[in-house]
Amino acid sequence: METVPEPGSNVPPKKDRLQTKKKKPRRYWEQETTGTAAGASPGPPRKRKRNRELRPQKPKKNDTSKKFRMSKKPRELKSPRPQRSLSGAQDPFAGPAPVSVEVVQKYCRIDKSKELPHPKTKTRSRLVVAEAQEEETSVRAARSELLLTEEPGFLEGEDGEDTAKIRQADIVEAVDIASAAKHFDLNLRQFGPYRLNYSRTGRHLAFGGRRGHVAALDWVTKKLTCEINVMEAVRDIRFLHSEALLAVAQNRWLHIYDNQGIELHCVRRCDRVTRLEFLPFHFLLATASETGFLTYLDVSVGKIVAALNARAGRLSVMTQNPYNAVIHLGHSNGTVSLWSPAMKEPLVKILCHRGGVRAVAVDSTGMHMATSGLDHQLKVFDLRGTFQPLSARTLPQGAGHLAFSQRGLLAAGMGDVVNIWAGQGKASPPSLEQPYLTHRLSGHVHGLQFCPYEDVLGVGHSGGITSMLVPGAAEPNFDGLESNPYRSRKQRQEWEVKALLEKVPAELICLDPRALAEVDVISLEQAKKERAERLVRSGAPRAWVPLPTTSHPHCILRSTAPCLRGCCSFHLPPLPQGYDPDARTPFQPKPKQKGRSSTASLVKRKRKVMDQEHRVSGHRGRAGHPKGNALLLAPLASSTCHFSPVSPYPGQNPPEPGAAAAEAREGQAHGGPAVGPGQIRALSQAPGPRRNILSPRPPVGNYPSLE
Amino acid sequence: MKVKMLSRNPDHYVRETKLDLQRVPRNYDPTLHPFEVPREYIRALNAAKLERVFAKPFLASLDGHRDGVNCLAKNPKSLATVLSGACDGEVKIWNLTKRKCIRTIQAHEGFVRGICTRFCGTSFFTVGDDKTVKQWKMDGPSCGEEEEPLHTILGKTVYTGIDHHWREAVFATCGQQVDIWDEQRTSPICSMTWGFDSISSVKFNPIETFLLGSCASDRNIVLYDMRQATPLKKVILDMRTNTICWNPMEAFIFTAANEDYNLYTFDMRALDTPVMVHMDHVSAVLDVDYSPTGREFVSASFDKSIRIFPVDKSRSREVYHTKRMQHVICVKWTADSKYIMCGSDEMNIRLWKANASEKLGVLTSRERAATDYNQKLKEKFQHHPYIKRISRHRHLPKSIYSQIQEQRIMKEARRRKELNRIKHSKPGSVQMVSEKKKHVVAVVK
Repeated sequence: METVPEPGSNVPPKKDRLQTKKKKPRRYWEQETTGTAAGASPGPPRKRKRNRELRPQKPKKNDTSKKFRMSKKPRELKSPRPQRSLSGAQDPFAGPAPVSVEVVQKYCRIDKSKELPHPKTKTRSRLVVAEAQEEETSVRAARSELLLTEEPGFLEGEDGEDTAKIRQADIVEAVDIASAAKHFDLNLRQFGPYRLNYSRTGRHLAFGGRRGHVAALDWVTKKLTCEINVMEAVRDIRFLHSEALLAVAQNRWLHIYDNQGIELHCVRRCDRVTRLEFLPFHFLLATASETGFLTYLDVSVGKIVAALNARAGRLSVMTQNPYNAVIHLGHSNGTVSLWSPAMKEPLVKILCHRGGVRAVAVDSTGMHMATSGLDHQLKVFDLRGTFQPLSARTLPQGAGHLAFSQRGLLAAGMGDVVNIWAGQGKASPPSLEQPYLTHRLSGHVHGLQFCPYEDVLGVGHSGGITSMLVPGAAEPNFDGLESNPYRSRKQRQEWEVKALLEKVPAELICLDPRALAEVDVISLEQAKKERAERLVRSGAPRAWVPLPTTSHPHCILRSTAPCLRGCCSFHLPPLPQGYDPDARTPFQPKPKQKGRSSTASLVKRKRKVMDQEHRVSGHRGRAGHPKGNALLLAPLASSTCHFSPVSPYPGQNPPEPGAAAAEAREGQAHGGPAVGPGQIRALSQAPGPRRNILSPRPPVGNYPSLE
Repeated sequence: MKVKMLSRNPDHYVRETKLDLQRVPRNYDPTLHPFEVPREYIRALNAAKLERVFAKPFLASLDGHRDGVNCLAKNPKSLATVLSGACDGEVKIWNLTKRKCIRTIQAHEGFVRGICTRFCGTSFFTVGDDKTVKQWKMDGPSCGEEEEPLHTILGKTVYTGIDHHWREAVFATCGQQVDIWDEQRTSPICSMTWGFDSISSVKFNPIETFLLGSCASDRNIVLYDMRQATPLKKVILDMRTNTICWNPMEAFIFTAANEDYNLYTFDMRALDTPVMVHMDHVSAVLDVDYSPTGREFVSASFDKSIRIFPVDKSRSREVYHTKRMQHVICVKWTADSKYIMCGSDEMNIRLWKANASEKLGVLTSRERAATDYNQKLKEKFQHHPYIKRISRHRHLPKSIYSQIQEQRIMKEARRRKELNRIKHSKPGSVQMVSEKKKHVVAVVK
């Protein structure tokens, strides 16, 4: 058996041929084993590796055909052999480049764990096509990673060396001059503790001191754009959408300056502001005030969109979730509340600490929230629906300031020390056991922010500003159309116009930003129920039952009694209350034209069809919808489907009962967007040559949960 | 200690000289592009608004006829040439690029009832109220020559329509019967009738070229095979059909413009139920013509508007009207699928864009990409209420608008009456008839 001729060799040894002739007829399951035995001569573990890739790797000469037969995706194997060119040379890398499954997963927008609904055939085929397109898009997007030019930074100790022991001076010494120039200290001792903010491109830095010193500079070239003293306490400072506008929360009111330092506006509606956050895609400036109000100011039109009373006293801890633009407020009773301008009440309240919350930070994927409290705890929470802590540790002093970097590093300012923790990758939470870096400053930390697209952490403290080097903190490859650190003035102007054109309305802020692409199941069910009721009342549903073309001779019931066989529509039973107009009519076998049709055979046929349907629905690997009706399927085709753009608006949504597990702690959870449990997965793709492929939902990994 | 800092060379990201294009590195990582769905939704909303802003479909009005325009014909070999016949017997040939009449012929006495071009584009045929069929050269007479037809056939009865075979030197006329003529002969090679009534239009099938369809005023649509001596089959509708048009892409599909304000798309293999009933006009539909893609058709109506229907939709996607346009008698979709021409009662031929908001002329690749992207966005978010409302909205003249309201009330009343009748009669004795089946009286083979 082991001597089946190799596919590559032309003349197998004679003995073997004799043996193969003599052998018994094989069973079909034996075919499999011999086939693999033949192909597996180079080594069996190869097959396993293949399963992890969507495309074949460069094929080897002798065993190409066999290997490809074993491969999982025959559709994509267009060129099984390397093509020969005119010169006779072979392309060693024939076919499209291989992409690993993990990378594709990152770009995948559809959640395959959700069941595909049980639609009418037409809709279903469209869904299938859309899904296939979606998959192809994600493969292409993943393949485009080959073109990324920059590699992220890193810091590794010698074996056994702790990276936390490495000092900034060592790093500065070891790196190139351009990077070393990014480490600097601004000694501004007389103007008190500083808050600082980097612009979205990471090119500009603004900082404001407690004693009124406000300055903005291009920190890469160290060119000062403006420097003023506002003669008033500065509590927070924030760039607006571009580096040309600067919002400063002063002692009394909120002021807006331009890059010359000229005061443009004094917003008296926002008074005694303690913290500022800018939501760049909504053009909203969120302010938290001493009076306990969270106010949203639309900076593109200058109107106040919402002023929400948090009813929790002085607000001094605020951050935004960059994934869904929800504002997180930390309160003195240890809770963190999540706010959207569309709702008067918090979307979620999470009890995080015993004692007040001192700092909150959310990472760029919107999956993790780090909080620190007066109980000296530092916790990382899962924000994807469970709101449970993933990890926690006690710090000797407790962290007063927290910040996440683009690649998921967590920085905490404790007194005059800054600690940085790193995780496994971008989407994984930072592990709090061992710090990645530590640094002691000349004053107490008052503000922390990682610079976008640079391996730099800016720290504002009572002694001035320090720019720390943190290798591996930033996203190495920026997208030129989103935020380009090297953009010219023209590019910035063009970007500004485009950004204003696609300003997202404040009403669309909700916990799941993809809710707009899902089917609003609640109103869909409502409409379905209403329709059924209407039909039942009017007694009209016969139009949905197939009319018989000829009379049925075997139906002897000519009276008004219901036809028990259900064979014809003349004697339909009265409609039950739970009548469903979209339900598929149950299969009825055709009556025989000739001969007797025995009941047994009819029943048998019915069961066969039922089994077949069951198998088909089960074949897709997901359980079919229990009701098996067509309503859920409506999303692409029918006119009866309702999408959810209405739902984020306030007051229209009933609180969703099981939405957040946070209520386990606080008992007060409010459903944000109305997306039910059985919603269709978002089929969001817009193919087209110049399509701006925007973000898919972040990949979903498996967390160890701390339950 | 091993350390590597992120350190970019600015030369790789900034253009070298001002003559270069700006460098735009891309990274499709989802976390760098937050709010994908809301932003695309807003883009789709903007695209839908812009589409309505730029919807200016009217291009030109060709005037010069001295009576209502009764028939139109396209030249199969030249996109710019259009022929039109008027109610005073005049035929005009127009150049669309110049938007000018290049030739005028007094072809008939009385109406020009039908006009069609030969498949080669060198000559055209007209029929008129003076019981003649005339063949004309497409090019004008040379200097000093008189304007004369190539051939004239004198018939016994009035011809009401004409159509030419798509590949052979054969044409068909209709009047009291359908006649099929060889171009070389003065008598028909074949005459076919089914019932005795005046036939208003006859059309050759562009794919199965032996097939013909005709419609008569006794409410029927008759299909013929040229190779047989007798008609194939006919379908009788509620009211009379004015014109039919074959789908140029699907051989067995045709659409009939009916007096009862509807259009019916039939599959000729199953005539007992129309594939689709197209309802939107508020008066008799007078003419219909398919787009060369076979996906859409345009219909002209007595209600002074023309509408564009997708083949598989029962409602129109577009309605065109002007203050001055009167009852539209004939309509044609040009062979490049970009324009629509309609001839109306008040002596003008109007030229429209087939896609109201399309930009004419050469598009740069970036423009093309942007329109494609916007199109896809609108398609993706088409069911969202705001976008749906914006893209569905059309301004209508008051007369049409009020008639639509009126007919909606009437339809609702009929439906209610039917439901009441079902409710108060013996269960099962009165059936609800679907809209598709309602209008077909009988199919005869």
